[in-house]
Amino acid sequence: MGRIKLTNIDRAYGKTKILHGINLDIQDGELLVLVGPSGCGKSTLLRLIAGLDQPTAGTLEIDGRDVTKTSAADRGLAMVFQSYALYPHMTVRQNLAFGLENIRMDKAEIDSRINEAARMLEIGQYLDRRPGQLSGGQRQRVAIGRAVVRNPTAFLLDEPLSNLDAELRISTRAEIAALHKRLATTMVYVTHDQVEAMTLANRIVVMRAGRIEQVGKPLELYNEPANLFVAGFIGAPRMNLMPAKVKAVKAGSVSIESAGGLKATVKADGHKLKVGDDVTMGVRPHDLSLDGSADGLIEAEVNMTEVLGPETVAHATTSDGQKIVAVLNGQRQNSAGDTIKLGFDASKAHLFDAKGERVRSAA
Amino acid sequence: MSRAITFLTRRRGGRGWHWTDVFIWTWLIGGLIVMFGPALWLVMSSFKSPAQLAEFPPTLLPYATEQVMVEGYDKPLNLFTAKLPDGTTKVMAEVRRIGIVSQLVDPEEPGEIVKVNIADREPVRQVHFATENYTEPFEHFDFLQYLKNSVFVTVIATLITLLTNSMAAFALSKYQFRGRNFVLLLIVGTLMVPLSVLLVPLYSVISAVGLFDSLWGVILPTVATPTGVFLLRQYMLTIPDELIDAARMDNASEWQIYWRIILPLAAPALAVLAIFSVVWRWNDFLWPLVVLSRKELYTLQVGLNTYAGELNVQWHFILAMTVVTMIPVVLVFVFLQRYITAGIAGTGLK
Repeated sequence: MGRIKLTNIDRAYGKTKILHGINLDIQDGELLVLVGPSGCGKSTLLRLIAGLDQPTAGTLEIDGRDVTKTSAADRGLAMVFQSYALYPHMTVRQNLAFGLENIRMDKAEIDSRINEAARMLEIGQYLDRRPGQLSGGQRQRVAIGRAVVRNPTAFLLDEPLSNLDAELRISTRAEIAALHKRLATTMVYVTHDQVEAMTLANRIVVMRAGRIEQVGKPLELYNEPANLFVAGFIGAPRMNLMPAKVKAVKAGSVSIESAGGLKATVKADGHKLKVGDDVTMGVRPHDLSLDGSADGLIEAEVNMTEVLGPETVAHATTSDGQKIVAVLNGQRQNSAGDTIKLGFDASKAHLFDAKGERVRSAA
Repeated sequence: MSRAITFLTRRRGGRGWHWTDVFIWTWLIGGLIVMFGPALWLVMSSFKSPAQLAEFPPTLLPYATEQVMVEGYDKPLNLFTAKLPDGTTKVMAEVRRIGIVSQLVDPEEPGEIVKVNIADREPVRQVHFATENYTEPFEHFDFLQYLKNSVFVTVIATLITLLTNSMAAFALSKYQFRGRNFVLLLIVGTLMVPLSVLLVPLYSVISAVGLFDSLWGVILPTVATPTGVFLLRQYMLTIPDELIDAARMDNASEWQIYWRIILPLAAPALAVLAIFSVVWRWNDFLWPLVVLSRKELYTLQVGLNTYAGELNVQWHFILAMTVVTMIPVVLVFVFLQRYITAGIAGTGLK
């Protein structure tokens, strides 16, 4: 079992508040990813769960037991640190054994657990080396191994891939996913990389400035971001966000336009909007096309195009100075200065009100 | 070898001498004499006989007058090059000296005694190392006992120093608590209080707790060194906190974190402090002199002092035993100097 429940967690350092009333229910066996820009409090939250730091207010339960005041050692969790935090003066075997020796586990049991983990993570041949003699990827495996041998209630991973090179990052990411599938243990994974979040997570928690912005399945966050921040944070390249004004409100759709030549009719429940209200419309670069007959149209002048092969990334500016990025299918040769009409489907456009909250589609 | 010579004789001026070359060579040679001269003088003098030590002008090398056995005399006689009354110069043996007249005899013809003014004779001398300066203190004095005491004080004091200082440094570097910086400041502040100020109060304390005239009385007041705490703390600050977090997640107790994580990782700094501590304790003179009054408890440095009597200073023994007491410190520096430089460079500035 590994259900972790956070209720109204606050954390402040002096007068600086790092976390504001975090409520989160992490299901048993779930891989939950905490994602957000640096300084958003995601690592602090992980340390609170780990017990390495104490919340100033709120309670934390693991499997129904209140562990708010319990020390890190007694929570039955294991953590993988960003810097791996392997003990440099111990061999890999000693690193793996350290935590087990501390709970006075039987020597034979320790050996069998280490061998099992070494086999699973393919670190068997490095067991007698020191961390300094291992490559980054090998150290990463040892760090994970040190968590695995503990047989914890839940794994806490603090940006475990950030010190690896790009290629290794992709393969290790897949390994962590496989590990999670095999162990079926709860994992809380902190990252600032949204690709990691999208590929690994059962659910993603997007955080900003100590608050949870949205919790949901990866595609929910992508398809229906709850607010402007999540819309801008999830997805690469970033979603194009354009200020506009409401022109007409009909049942189930809202027509908007902007000074920069944007005209669109968006599927949304606009009963709270009035004509003339400030809104922001978002549309993902991949949802833009050169189809002039689409539901929405943006006229923009091309600044630069990047032809990547299967697709072309066009950087353009509308007449009111709004920057637009469009990812167009195929290889296109628009030269700088050309004016293009970018069309998009009404169902792919996202509408946000003046406060930045999503205007939901009519059910 | 030839490359070493090429390197050593390299000059800025190429074939000629640039003024900086002259300056550097003068500086280095001067420095060598200033730094190494006294040590060399000490070692050389330690092999001199008492008579030669009192000689003026002094010589660098130890000399002894050559002696010869002459028929008809029980003891060996000193050899002199004498200017005889007939104007010839000859090597003669001195039978005795009366006032300014020396009675000499030719070793080949021992029957005839020649009288010569002492100004007209020069001793025949050769380099001679008076090793008895070294052997006698070992045979006839308590030197071995002093050595044992010194080793005991040095080893125990160093061990306790390492233990207590590293514990203080651990707390001051890895725990967040109110007043941490104040405590550190207080500890470092005690660096400004010299021993002479503390001598009397420390003596009262030692005396009151019954450690007077005991080696523990020498050891205990010296084990807490602010330098050591500061040095170790600065080094421990460089040990990542994540390691401690990881150990906490690994069910390690605070003692285990200290003993199994922090101490092994602080080994370079501990080595530096160990070297310092050994040198300090070994060379300590004033405090042991104050605390110890029984002769069998004397440490080497205090023991050396016993060769300086009220009326008679046995310089030859003092010099020889000073050389002996220097040996461990020199060895420590020869073999561990890379730790000292690495440690001092690695602490404090990171």
